[in-house]
Amino acid sequence: MSTASESSTRQGPKLPVLKREKLILNDRSYHWITERICGVIENRQPLLWWLLFIPSSIIAAIGVGGGLFHLVSTGVGVWGNTNRIMWGWPIVNFVFWIGIGHAGTLISAILFLTRQNWRTSINRAAEAMTIFAVCCAGIFPAFHVGRVWMAWFLAPIPNANAIWQNFKSPLLWDVFAVSTYFTVSLIFWYLGMVPDLATIRDRCKPGLRKLLYGLFALGWRGGNRQWSHYEMAYLLLAALSTPLVLSVHSVVSFDFATSVVPGWHTTIFPPYFVAGAIFGGFAMVLTIMIPARFIYGLQDMITMKHIDNMAKIILLTGTIVGYAYLMELFVAFYSGAKFEMDAFWYRISGPYNWAYFWMMGLNVLSPQIFWFKKCRENLWVVMAVAMCVNVGMWFERFVIIVTTLARMWLPGDWKTYSPSGQDQMLFVGTIGMFLTLFLLFLRFLPCINIAEVKWTLPESDPHHDDHHDHPDHGVVEEAAYQHELQSPAAKG
Amino acid sequence: MSTTRKRVYGYLAEFKSASALYKAAEKVRDAGFRKWDCHSPYPIHGLDGAMGLKRSILPWLVFFGGATGTLTGFLLAYTTQVGIYPTVVQAKPVNIFTVPAFFPVMFELTILFSGFTVLFGLLALMKLPRLNHPLFASRQFHRTTDDAFFIAIEARDPKFSPDGTKALLEQIGGANIELIEEED
Repeated sequence: MSTASESSTRQGPKLPVLKREKLILNDRSYHWITERICGVIENRQPLLWWLLFIPSSIIAAIGVGGGLFHLVSTGVGVWGNTNRIMWGWPIVNFVFWIGIGHAGTLISAILFLTRQNWRTSINRAAEAMTIFAVCCAGIFPAFHVGRVWMAWFLAPIPNANAIWQNFKSPLLWDVFAVSTYFTVSLIFWYLGMVPDLATIRDRCKPGLRKLLYGLFALGWRGGNRQWSHYEMAYLLLAALSTPLVLSVHSVVSFDFATSVVPGWHTTIFPPYFVAGAIFGGFAMVLTIMIPARFIYGLQDMITMKHIDNMAKIILLTGTIVGYAYLMELFVAFYSGAKFEMDAFWYRISGPYNWAYFWMMGLNVLSPQIFWFKKCRENLWVVMAVAMCVNVGMWFERFVIIVTTLARMWLPGDWKTYSPSGQDQMLFVGTIGMFLTLFLLFLRFLPCINIAEVKWTLPESDPHHDDHHDHPDHGVVEEAAYQHELQSPAAKG
Repeated sequence: MSTTRKRVYGYLAEFKSASALYKAAEKVRDAGFRKWDCHSPYPIHGLDGAMGLKRSILPWLVFFGGATGTLTGFLLAYTTQVGIYPTVVQAKPVNIFTVPAFFPVMFELTILFSGFTVLFGLLALMKLPRLNHPLFASRQFHRTTDDAFFIAIEARDPKFSPDGTKALLEQIGGANIELIEEED
């Protein structure tokens, strides 16, 4: 494997390079990383965990369990969906939850392909969030079909009526996209966890725990003959998930864009939906990771640098979303198409304009505060913006679905919409379910990728101590960050 | 009084760091061993070359898996929509020209089949899952998933000799050398 580039010395003067901020702070060892991450699972859960878990699970049981029981035993009429506003809250919530999931795949796949090593500290939790968000999302369309026991009609399998699904319909594309997304995300998440499950297995005392972790660790031995294939598999899954994640929300947006409804029938929808999904997803990652980081003392692994990067992604995607909102408005009025103009004028001035302005303010204006470094460094501000975005992205889906359906072509179709108590109960129930699943994940599975975080330490490089052979030997590192420039050590 | 016979599995030697493991791996490779492996808590960059391993064949498996998915998506949509249950919707044709409407399904099934091929192909190539392994009997091997680096050379290797291999491992910097036995 020795190539010319390894042995040759670099020509020309050695220019100074900017320092890279460390991904793991305080020079932690491999063993410290293992102890700290496994400690989350092995130690008693802090009181705060129980204070969150008990109400979340009760809300999940009442909202999702009770709500669905009432729905199925009574009928979908208990929802607020009316004629013309058939989609109502269930589809708003479906699009909301499926969008949340996208940040997980972005972090695990796209940031992997682009070699953004900071992803290693947050990818596991973000992928878990993806899986749980898709679980929450799946409930809504499955029950929205009306008779849930007929939901298997969505699957293209021969049935007694010899009727096949319409493969030209975006709704069927959606069935394929969402189920593929869930399956591939689960494979990605699980395969990524196998070496870490082996770490936990090797720390357990013999017993049921060791047996269960051992079974799911599949007999992993960390041999390089395994790692070699494993890394290839990881790369392949990242390469497969990247177009997949872009396709999923594009297909969701086709549900709207391929219809001939004013306000929906636009080509901007796929990129606009994907950017919005990543935007909302990162906000949710921050919402759950900032508290988890404090509760379990993970500050050396999920550093301010990570939070800074995520805040910047929120700023970027929030601005893209803002551009899409404005472009949508501009094109509507530039088109001169009466119905298109009326649809947008109704959004701004109609009875739901409060939702429109909440959407604009929370999604477009609130992230702009992240232009200031002080705001990205203040966790209260970051948390507040993340909550704004969570709410704002829900309003976006409400605006798109409800205001559009409330004012279609014929005045005879015009209706107003308000969700029923059952709608609200089920939505709050899915929030409880999401939190319950996430808390169980923190309790039983390694919440940070142990193997990958070790890999980001400088001493993990096998040429770490071959100073003189390294082409960068003797290069002066210059301080790159304000706090380094200000500290006297950096000046020397 | 045990009647179980023990068979030698091989030697296990610990190395102090990733770079020590890397250098030792090059020497074991150059000594001509075939049945051996390096164990580490995380994948070490460039160790495949230092061990003389070939590139994984998994991408080829996944290519064929993915191609099967594309074809499945096409056949599923085409036979049902054009062959056995032609549906005229939105005045779209029910012949070969309707295929672009099937692209999303073909794409998703390509990804789905590829994903499953990665999962099962990887397990087959790694020869996992398995419930036990002789190395798990070692008193120190459990540290490989924490912070230790090991080389294990198997007795099945034609170059293996009880004394010579141990001497080699000592010479290349191995510590805590342990003879691993398995039940016959």
